[in-house]
Amino acid sequence: MATELPRTQVVVIGLGAVGGVAVLPLVNAGIRVTGLEAGSWLSTRDFAPDELRNNIRDWPQSVGKAKQEIPTVRPDDSSVATQGSGHPMMNAVGGTSLHYWAQSWRLNPWDFKVVSETTRRYGVERLPKDSTVEDWPLSYTDLEPFYDRVEHAVGVSGYAGNVKGTILPQGNRFEGARSREYPMPGLRSSGFTDMMSDAARKLGWHPFQAPAAINSEVYGQRPGCFYHGFCDRGGCHVSAKGSTAVTTIPEAMKSGLLTVTTHARVLRIDNDANGRATGVTYTRGGETFFQPADVVLLASHTYENSRLLLLSTSSEFPRGLANNAEQVGKHYFSHHQGAPVLALFPHNLNNWYGLPAQGVAIDEWADDNFDHSSLDFIGGGNLWAHTDRKPIAAGKMSTFGKAPTWGKEWKAFLMKNADRYNVSYIQKTTLPYEGNYLDLDPDVKDALGLPVLRITARYRENELKIAAFTQDKMEEWYRAAGATDIIRAGLGNTMGASTHAYGGTRMGDRASTNVVDRFGFAHEVPNLGILGASVMGTSGARNPTLTAQALAWRTVSHLLQHWQSIVG
Amino acid sequence: MTQNNKSSVTENMGDGISLSRRNLLKQAGCVSATVLGVGAGGAASTVLAQGTASPRQERIPVREAFETLTARESEILDALVSRILPSDENGPGAHEARVVHYIDRILAGPAGNLRELYASAIEAVEAYSGSHGGGSFTALDEDGQDAVLVAMEAGDMEGFPGSSAAFFNLVRTHTIEGAFSDPYYGGNRDFIGWDLLGYPGVRMGSSPADVQMGEDLPPSRQSAYDMAPYTKDPVSRPAANGGAAHGD
Ligand SMILES: Cc1cc2nc3c(=O)[nH]c(=O)nc-3n(C[C@H](O)[C@H](O)[C@H](O)COP(=O)(O)OP(=O)(O)OC[C@H]3O[C@@H](n4cnc5c(N)ncnc54)[C@H](O)[C@@H]3O)c2cc1C
Repeated sequence: MATELPRTQVVVIGLGAVGGVAVLPLVNAGIRVTGLEAGSWLSTRDFAPDELRNNIRDWPQSVGKAKQEIPTVRPDDSSVATQGSGHPMMNAVGGTSLHYWAQSWRLNPWDFKVVSETTRRYGVERLPKDSTVEDWPLSYTDLEPFYDRVEHAVGVSGYAGNVKGTILPQGNRFEGARSREYPMPGLRSSGFTDMMSDAARKLGWHPFQAPAAINSEVYGQRPGCFYHGFCDRGGCHVSAKGSTAVTTIPEAMKSGLLTVTTHARVLRIDNDANGRATGVTYTRGGETFFQPADVVLLASHTYENSRLLLLSTSSEFPRGLANNAEQVGKHYFSHHQGAPVLALFPHNLNNWYGLPAQGVAIDEWADDNFDHSSLDFIGGGNLWAHTDRKPIAAGKMSTFGKAPTWGKEWKAFLMKNADRYNVSYIQKTTLPYEGNYLDLDPDVKDALGLPVLRITARYRENELKIAAFTQDKMEEWYRAAGATDIIRAGLGNTMGASTHAYGGTRMGDRASTNVVDRFGFAHEVPNLGILGASVMGTSGARNPTLTAQALAWRTVSHLLQHWQSIVG
Repeated sequence: MTQNNKSSVTENMGDGISLSRRNLLKQAGCVSATVLGVGAGGAASTVLAQGTASPRQERIPVREAFETLTARESEILDALVSRILPSDENGPGAHEARVVHYIDRILAGPAGNLRELYASAIEAVEAYSGSHGGGSFTALDEDGQDAVLVAMEAGDMEGFPGSSAAFFNLVRTHTIEGAFSDPYYGGNRDFIGWDLLGYPGVRMGSSPADVQMGEDLPPSRQSAYDMAPYTKDPVSRPAANGGAAHGD
């Protein structure tokens, strides 16, 4: 039997990038919040510059819950699903915002209105066949005030490209209008990124340093970035990265209204006969607890958001909570951020101390920033040339067909070229499709005996065409910068467990095709809010987190305004 | 270290007799780095050099304990990874970087599930060397050893639970990790791997000048765990900092 705990007003499941932001506006409004987090607190002392631990071993010192529930993956219904080797998410207070790259983009206004804008500009037949894409139930302008709040709460460095309609040359001229500048200037450039910027200008493009939730100067109590180069799957040793563990969560704790319970692993969300959420059941140290709450906010990351709902079956919701319309798990997609281009240069780049968020972006080929009339796809990709090199990765570098992969010649090749290559990062428009979805795996279980998630999804023609198109542009850019050799990776296949995962609890006005309403509350369960990229219906050409955080703030803001009607 | 030194390893340690010969030499106090084949530049040779000078230090064992590999396995594996990342006129390789110590430690810990695979792979290498090269892998010359690796990489060797090609990829990956990971993990001895790549080492930060092209930074020669903030020694532990100082 579960031990019943004293009631709380709001329980938040997962204190990661998104749940960690949501707690702040709640306590600021005087609401009592309990945060249940599967992981523990980590400190700067846990964040040694150690590539083996961060990038090869995936942080064994934390709970490792994610690693016990690695989803199985298959491209379609007729294939056998197999379990991958890793799960990129972190279990700790701060979640994946501890060890993410911290690129902090706003989406382009087009990403919110893919259906209507494509129809208007090119005709409805240009929407990819089988795509289940819908316009978002809100526009960029609706979200702008919340983007702004999050940028200031976690601290984002960057250069505005459009403040209230005025285009500014240092930033992204294609972005939607912002109400004001970023709280801090952009991260610094390096010799390599300057070289790439010069090459882009030669091509007539508009390079800029993209935004990052990393301090470029002192921000509040936290210092500016030291640029030691261990951001990728590494926590920040000086707290310059705006993880929620060092920003919104400690800020919220000052109120005394936020209780953080670590090592609390939520097993299910409970409901009453009226279909309202009553609280959550979790296990901690071998004991089971029931935490009653007026409102449940689910913020356990895209995969676990769908899984927890599917596991929470009851007589009112026999197929899982909020799933009577059978939309939980649908409209899943993972960002097409693969299919990179590799370049070899004839000189050292000195990239040993770069961060992945320190680079230079090209946005002319993203979203609908260019004319697609004569093309056979919609959307596009953001080209990103960044610093970031570490020794094990360098040891594994491609030999570009110039040397064998072991022995004397290989060693000589490495000695010459370890600091001469670069790998692009191209984030591409990815859409949801019929037949791409998440459900519970019928066979594979986690350590508690609960089924892991099964991903059935593959990229479709539109994504593969964007990949090929943006690889052309990336190659052109590298060659303009003097690269002598280029390799293009494959265009992509399954949408496996990814760092950027979307859908499963999509947001939309229609309850028959969406799990949550335009404010993030479940159509079928009025006091259940769902936070994270799982509510997003398109990816855009850039990382999801700032958007998911802004949406979460907006959900909380709606809750606070409609507390009585939501709590009932 | 020169190629000759390494050949002497394979010759002298290729069978049980040379092992007892080594013990004899050691007891007689006339051990030399060349006979034992421990490379110049490696800390092990420093220990040895001191060993010959001081009777007390002479008793320091030449080969530290392996966590899980047998002495014989370690020799075969050392010879094998030394063909992947050889010592040559361009400088030291996997042997001096002590990649085998790295592999031993992961097999005793995080990669424990691969211990049996390594055991059977090493046996298969020996069997193949015997039937195709006429002796132990460690007794083959470099070309003979390379021929064994070529067969393994091509998936042409028997006796592996999976394909020999899969094991080749695994041991190549472990060689890279052992050579280029933080020395804390047992390999990358004396920062041999980082020097090989031209990586100037872990630092707490970098200045704008440090990241200009053409800048040649001096190596930091530090393990991450030499740095005060990450040491696990409670005595030198700094006060917990920033907003991350909350208890559980
Ligand atoms: C290496 C890497 C780099 C990335 N770089 C970027 C980037 O540059 N920019 C960007 O925008 N995005 C980036 N991302 C993606 C980004 O990290 C995610 O979008 C973001 O963290 C998602 O926020 P979240 O709160 O939904 O999930 P998380 O941050 O993962 O937080 C979820 C939390 O819920 C907890 N939890 C899960 N299940 C349970 C349960 N059953 N009970 C209790 N607690 C639970 C977890 O322990 C975790 O703390 C990156 C991701 C990775 C892995």
